[in-house]
Amino acid sequence: MDLQNQQAILEATRQHGKENLVVLLGAPDAESSAMAAETVVSGDPTYAGPLAGVQLDLPVFHVLEESVREAVPRQLYEAEVGIMGAVLDKAAIVASLEAVRARVR
Amino acid sequence: MFDGKKVIVLGERDGVAAPAIAACVRGAGGQVVLAVTECFA
Repeated sequence: MDLQNQQAILEATRQHGKENLVVLLGAPDAESSAMAAETVVSGDPTYAGPLAGVQLDLPVFHVLEESVREAVPRQLYEAEVGIMGAVLDKAAIVASLEAVRARVR
Repeated sequence: MFDGKKVIVLGERDGVAAPAIAACVRGAGGQVVLAVTECFA
């Protein structure tokens, strides 16, 4: 994950408190989804950025997950996300996030 | 799920960009506190 974005996430967590935050991803594949999720849960896995060794334990979801789709008004979701749900490998992305979440439970 | 929550949006250019995700969050009653779109080109 971009180092500036890691810093911004760290600052947002300090400002708002991690108990009030949710992270929502739009990554295009399972690998990048897992990498981003891992970063906001356990810290930067590459040990390169400000989140190296920082365990934020933030709840993290992908915008293609059913729980997210169901929370958004249908027409809005279709307009903003719709086609990407058909293009991206949703099952692999969801599985990758479930694997990251399972490790921290 | 997002009602009353503060949300960090991490979009990606080759997937779903941050503005689209942020619109969904707001529509679901969440507050976007950070929205960035990563690009790995």
